Amino acid sequence: MAAAHHDGRWARWFNRSGWIRITIGAPYLWLILFFLLPFVIVMAMSFATRTPTAPPFSFGGEHPLLNTEHYARLVQDDLYIRAYLNSILNAAAATVLCLLIGYPMALGLTRVGRAWRNVLLMLVILPFWTSFLLRVYAWMGLMGSNSWFNKLLTAGWNLVVPADWALRSIPMMNSGFAVALVTVYSYLPFMILPLYATLEKLDLTLNEAAMDLGSKPFAVFRDVTLPLSVPGIIAGSLLVFIPASGELIIPSLVGSSARPMIGRVISDEFASARDWPMASAVAVALLLLLVVPMMVYTHFEGKSHARAEGGGR
Amino acid sequence: MNRRPVFLITMLAFGFAFFYIPILSMMVYSFNASRLATVWGGFSTKWYVSLLSNRQVLTAAVLSIKIALLSATFATILGTMAGIALARFRRFRGRTVFSGLVTAPLVMPEVITGIASLMLFILMAEWIGWPAQRGFTTVTLAHITFSMVFVTTIVHSRLVQADAAIEEAAMDLGSRPWQVMRDITLPVIAPAILSGWLLAFTISLDDVVITNFTTGPGTTTLPILIWSKVKLGVTPDINALATITVLIVGFGVAIAGWLLNRAEKRREADAHLAYQENR
Repeated sequence: MAAAHHDGRWARWFNRSGWIRITIGAPYLWLILFFLLPFVIVMAMSFATRTPTAPPFSFGGEHPLLNTEHYARLVQDDLYIRAYLNSILNAAAATVLCLLIGYPMALGLTRVGRAWRNVLLMLVILPFWTSFLLRVYAWMGLMGSNSWFNKLLTAGWNLVVPADWALRSIPMMNSGFAVALVTVYSYLPFMILPLYATLEKLDLTLNEAAMDLGSKPFAVFRDVTLPLSVPGIIAGSLLVFIPASGELIIPSLVGSSARPMIGRVISDEFASARDWPMASAVAVALLLLLVVPMMVYTHFEGKSHARAEGGGR
Repeated sequence: MNRRPVFLITMLAFGFAFFYIPILSMMVYSFNASRLATVWGGFSTKWYVSLLSNRQVLTAAVLSIKIALLSATFATILGTMAGIALARFRRFRGRTVFSGLVTAPLVMPEVITGIASLMLFILMAEWIGWPAQRGFTTVTLAHITFSMVFVTTIVHSRLVQADAAIEEAAMDLGSRPWQVMRDITLPVIAPAILSGWLLAFTISLDDVVITNFTTGPGTTTLPILIWSKVKLGVTPDINALATITVLIVGFGVAIAGWLLNRAEKRREADAHLAYQENR
């Protein structure tokens, strides 16, 4: 099937008439100029020298393009190391929590009736279309010490714990907990949607066969559904983990400055300290950390595309 | 599956409560008469009045919409081309790099894309004298770049689902290639192009981080304005602004979803009818 229309007549006409050059060339050139080239510049900038001029850097100096002092500072100054660890820890915790909440939700979506399912899917997608910033902001209102939500939680806390531990309000804002909670909230749709896409395609007759052969529902889930949904788990986890580890908005609004996060460090080095080479070095280090997960994602995406194409209809 | 999946339904209910309680709470508090944003002080619509008479907010909103319209349109053209290229041309030089280039921006942390774009614009200004200053143009260019790949993803997945053999058949039956493009390929991907445009429009309208880096003095989009305000804390007029945004987007998504769903159903029905008649 795939071989039959491999570069067929239609594509060959396109090729002959030069349209193919424009169709491929225009977006290709655009992405090279506005996406690839900027990263080459960041890479070069991380080896540049900071100067008091405007713009505040020089590629020349004592070590033209070989100034490694920023990378040295990266491993010496514990601010950067702490920021990395905090960011990775937060992204990993958010990924696991998104998976624990998102997996049953995605599976639940495949088990409700058609009409309900479309409405519920829309409700999952809707927050994705509304402003990210405003969704983070909504939690600022909820977590503040005077809010109804905080009062409710405080009342619950005081009921359960001994009197010595009673609190007037729970200090939620500006903490690692707040960052993790809002990260889960903001990225949960990115986990649910790929999981749902994978789970929806699974053949339910396999489950029935396993049931008929005497498996308990949980065993069916563990031995049939879960292994078959691994591609969805991987895609969803990467879609949460990668952007969450570079997150800037969430730590800036609900985080604590005592717990630095890598996205905020990059932004501060750049805008406040005006140390572009250092900001670039931190960005390159973050990229190196993410390059493996990103390649895994690209690889899986490529494979699913190849499957879709190879399968024809 | 003869048992009702009680656990799954409970998790769904819990999940949707988690999704929507913060948003609903924010909407309720936008009608709060008190200046203290989290303490209820009676019903009032005064924050809406003050918001709608705030020139700064209206100017920023108009600017955001202009940038979103322009960048979504260009992103749709470039993104559709890339989607067609990836789905219909199997072998061309640099295809691997190309498919990497259209996937990477989807997951790239925004801070990195932001400073990378800013450095490009500054170095271009140094070397070739353009863009002379940052603002409308640089923000639009950056928005086109990161939103076009979303269009590509949508168009590409639509095209690989559609059967290329139909295009081949039309060629065999004597259609000119431009007719194939006009009568088959474009109608097949039209819903994907429309949803791609809508997505590009919304993510441009919503963007804070990349805009924050690529904008210049005097170019304040609505998200940048909100960003500078909420960094100082919760204020009632932002609650009102958020409520308006959520309602507009909610209605927009609901209507778009309904229209797309209807078009899809009609096309399925047409295909079914054509199949029955030709038997």
